[in-house]
Amino acid sequence: MTQSASALEIEVWRGAEEGSFQTFKTPRREHQTVLDVVTEIQREQDPTLSYRFACRVGICGSCAMVVNGRPRWTCRTRVSEVLENGNHIRLEPLRNLPIVKDLTVEMTAFFDKWKNARGYFEPGEKPAGDFAVVKPDSKKRRAVDESIECIGCGVCYSACDVVEWDKDYLGPAALNRAWTLVNDVRDQGNAARLDAISKSEGCQACHTHMNCTQFCPKGIAPTYSIAGLKRKVWWRAFWGIS
Amino acid sequence: MNPKLFVAQRLSAFVLAAAVAVHLTTILYAVRGGLSAGEILARTHGNLAFALFYAAFVIAVAVHAPIGLRNVLREWTPWRGRSLDIALALFSLLLLALGLRAIYAVYV
Repeated sequence: MTQSASALEIEVWRGAEEGSFQTFKTPRREHQTVLDVVTEIQREQDPTLSYRFACRVGICGSCAMVVNGRPRWTCRTRVSEVLENGNHIRLEPLRNLPIVKDLTVEMTAFFDKWKNARGYFEPGEKPAGDFAVVKPDSKKRRAVDESIECIGCGVCYSACDVVEWDKDYLGPAALNRAWTLVNDVRDQGNAARLDAISKSEGCQACHTHMNCTQFCPKGIAPTYSIAGLKRKVWWRAFWGIS
Repeated sequence: MNPKLFVAQRLSAFVLAAAVAVHLTTILYAVRGGLSAGEILARTHGNLAFALFYAAFVIAVAVHAPIGLRNVLREWTPWRGRSLDIALALFSLLLLALGLRAIYAVYV
C-alpha cells in the first residue's frame, strides 16, 4: 500500500571507486525494506543500477550495503528503522572491498581470507570410521552454536577498523569461521589452522573495537570468537597446548 | 604480530601492571613529607631489592614498548619487514641501556 507518493528521498552511490551520489525519489510503502526500495529504483527508474541480492529473506548474505553510514543486510532492514530527517536514506556499497559498480563490491578478498584462515573442515588423513558423538551442551559445541550462523554477508568486514588499516588482516568473518572449526571435535586441521590465524594479519591484530559484533545481522559476536582464538594462540605459544 | 611476540607482550604487561602500581604507590608514600635528592640516594645506594625491582621494571618496558610500537607502526605506516624489526630491536636495546644505566647510577 502506498502511503504517499514520492515520499522517500534515496541517495545512491553511482560509479566505482570514483563516483557520486544520485538522488532518487520513491514511494513510501508499508513494511517496505531497504532492498525493496533499491529494487524499485532499478526496475522503475534506472535499470543500469547495479546491486546484489538473491533470497530476500536473510539467508544468502548477498544484499549487504552501507545504509545511512552503517553496514546492514538490506533485505531484513525496514525503511522505518533507518530513515533520517523523516524521508532520507543514503546507500553506499560495503566498505573495505573494491567497488565493482554502484552498490556491488568485489568480494574475492573477503572469501579468500576464509581460505587463508583455513576456514574449511579438515577430515584428516584417516577420517573417523564412526559418527562423532557431540553432546549439545558440551562446552565446545556451545561455542560452535554461538558462532555458526554466519551467512557471509560481509557486514562485519565492512565495519572493521582493523581491516581498514591493514588490508591483509583476515577479518572477523574468516576468524569466526576458524573458531567454529577449532571447536569442532571432528576436525583434524587445527595445528595448521592455528598457525594460519596467528600470523601478523591474524587474530592478535584485533583491537576489540567490537564493530563486527555490533553490526552482525545474525547476532554473532566475532569479537568473542577472536578472543577465543587469541587464548588458543596464547596457550599454544606459551605451553605448546593447542 | 607473531605468537611469541604476542605472549611476550602480555607477560611483560603483567610485570608492568604490578611494577607501575608499586612504583607509584612508593612515590606517593615517600614524598608525603617532602623528599630531597640526597634522601632518595641514601635509600637507593646499595639497596639490592630496589635495584632488582627496577631492573625487572626496565626489562619489562624494553620488551613491551617496542612490540606495541611495532604494532602501531605496522597499522599506521607502510613500514614492514626486517628493517622495522631491526629498528625496534635497537629501540629495545636503547630502552634497556638507558634504564639499567639509571638504576646503576643511583645504586652504586
